[in-house]
Amino acid sequence: MAAAAHTPAQPRPERVPRRRTVRALRYTALLIVLLIMIGPFLWQLSTSLKGTTEDIYTSPPRLLPEHPTFANYQGVADIIPVWDFVLNSVKVAVSNVLTNVAGAAMAGYALSRLRFRGRAAAAAVFVLALLVPMEATMLAQFATMRTLELNNTLVAVVLPGCIGAMNVLLMRNAFDNLPYEIEEAAVIDGANVWQRFTRIALPAVKGTLAVVAIFAFMGAWDDFLWPLIVLSDSDHFTLTVGLNFLHGTFSNNQRVVAAGTVIAVAPLIVMFACLQRFFFKGVGEGAVKG
Amino acid sequence: MSTSTPTVAAKGAAGRPRTAAPGRRAGRTAARTHKAFSPWLFLAPGLLITLAFNLYPFLATVWKSFTDARTLTTGDFVGFDNFTALVHDDQFWVALRNSALYVALVVPCLVFLPLLLALLVQRHIPGIAFFRSAYYTPVVASVVVVALMWVWMLDDRGFVNGVLRLVGIDPVPFLSNQWLLLLSSMALTVWKGLGYYMIIYLAALANVPKELHEAAEVDGAGPIRRFVSITMPSVRSTMVLVAALSSVSAFKVFTEVFLIAGPTGGPGGDDTTLVMLIQRVGSGLQGRTGYASAMSIVLFLLTLVLMLLVLRADRKDKG
Repeated sequence: MAAAAHTPAQPRPERVPRRRTVRALRYTALLIVLLIMIGPFLWQLSTSLKGTTEDIYTSPPRLLPEHPTFANYQGVADIIPVWDFVLNSVKVAVSNVLTNVAGAAMAGYALSRLRFRGRAAAAAVFVLALLVPMEATMLAQFATMRTLELNNTLVAVVLPGCIGAMNVLLMRNAFDNLPYEIEEAAVIDGANVWQRFTRIALPAVKGTLAVVAIFAFMGAWDDFLWPLIVLSDSDHFTLTVGLNFLHGTFSNNQRVVAAGTVIAVAPLIVMFACLQRFFFKGVGEGAVKG
Repeated sequence: MSTSTPTVAAKGAAGRPRTAAPGRRAGRTAARTHKAFSPWLFLAPGLLITLAFNLYPFLATVWKSFTDARTLTTGDFVGFDNFTALVHDDQFWVALRNSALYVALVVPCLVFLPLLLALLVQRHIPGIAFFRSAYYTPVVASVVVVALMWVWMLDDRGFVNGVLRLVGIDPVPFLSNQWLLLLSSMALTVWKGLGYYMIIYLAALANVPKELHEAAEVDGAGPIRRFVSITMPSVRSTMVLVAALSSVSAFKVFTEVFLIAGPTGGPGGDDTTLVMLIQRVGSGLQGRTGYASAMSIVLFLLTLVLMLLVLRADRKDKG
């Protein structure tokens, strides 16, 4: 580094302890923030493992359960059909990923790589869509779903967000960054649009596809307001709506509520932990650049 | 943009001798028709969904805002009646105040704290990948989950008050006092957003030339001086982006307040936010959708103004 090259004259013994202090301070700060960021999760996990005989309202709060038990997880299933809710959420989230990845990639490809009359207008539709907050149109969407007789179905939960305008624009940007030469060779070889799209362009934008997929999954799994509005029958509740129900009806049993939230958050944390390397790389490489 | 591939292909076809057999010519016309159609086939799913579930509902909302529609009736045209009624509706002003307060208090925190966090995790030191993803955990978790966690943490007999009692402080009514409820919910929003904006800042910081910092260090600038004179100006456009994103989302807050303060919005409904009010007034069998649509239009216009204001502030600073 340039700075190091400029300062070889400085006496070493003075510099090394200073560096060490800076490093120690940095790690201390990192650990304090870590505690703030994941402390509440650990506290929730701890609560969910405490048995009914254990006082959860002690002061000072007891961090580790005395006799860890999974009974509260069974308790959640006794109160609400939590595994049905999980299944509903999985269905919604997986469909959302598939439709977003496929739909946004196709539209993004057309906007970026194909020449046709009306392209600017088509692009404008997606940009305009970004300006309209979902919160401002949810009542009209509810009415639309009623007309389509889809209210209180999982299809209605998925449909409005199934090809996000933001994702289309992200994919367009990703395709814009590919050099044209790659495809020109394929054109000469007689590949049609669909072949060029699936065999050449798509594999080249895997990183952005992954980011779209992760955001689509998290967005669908975490969404609360729209499912709350469109679902009325508890058979179709997604996990977030179901948990709200658990909270409202049995808020006195904090252990069970805690177990419910752990069930909701654990799959996401595991998924994210597995994909985080990919994710930070994809984001850092320009998917979300200002 | 340079020539795209289909244009190249079309040129090649036109360059061929024109004396083609009738059969071949028909085939080529078919190919050309296909070429004209295929972009629309690619676009169809995305365009249809966006038109049907984004732009059409928006137009429908505009239309409804001028009617006295209810959940099961289309209603009659009433002109600006809904909007004039809004002006005299105390609930609406309470909701608007709460949403505005949310923006005013949450946005500054979300512009500066994640930047500090990004600086903290910027350097590639051992274990940093772990810290980065751990800080992102609240973003990954559903708002419902984190809200329920915080309700438990902030309970009169919960963790925070348990710790406070140790130091001899009486339980703080985080979840029953009107203002503390709102503040708790804001704290939750900030805490949950930190990781998200940290990532955006990390990407921006990666583009700041290292040489600038090194040169300043040689010139004897301390860390604070370097932060103010180098880091801040280089990530300024990102700060504006974060301000725009976070103010729009803070203005539309729903879930945190709904779960912490309850569906009715805290004591006397005093913690209701704009989206909560829209949801409460507009849904259900007796929902006044026309009136709620008018509120939705106000919400849309205000988010638009908010975004334009932030972007304009950016341009003014630059000029």
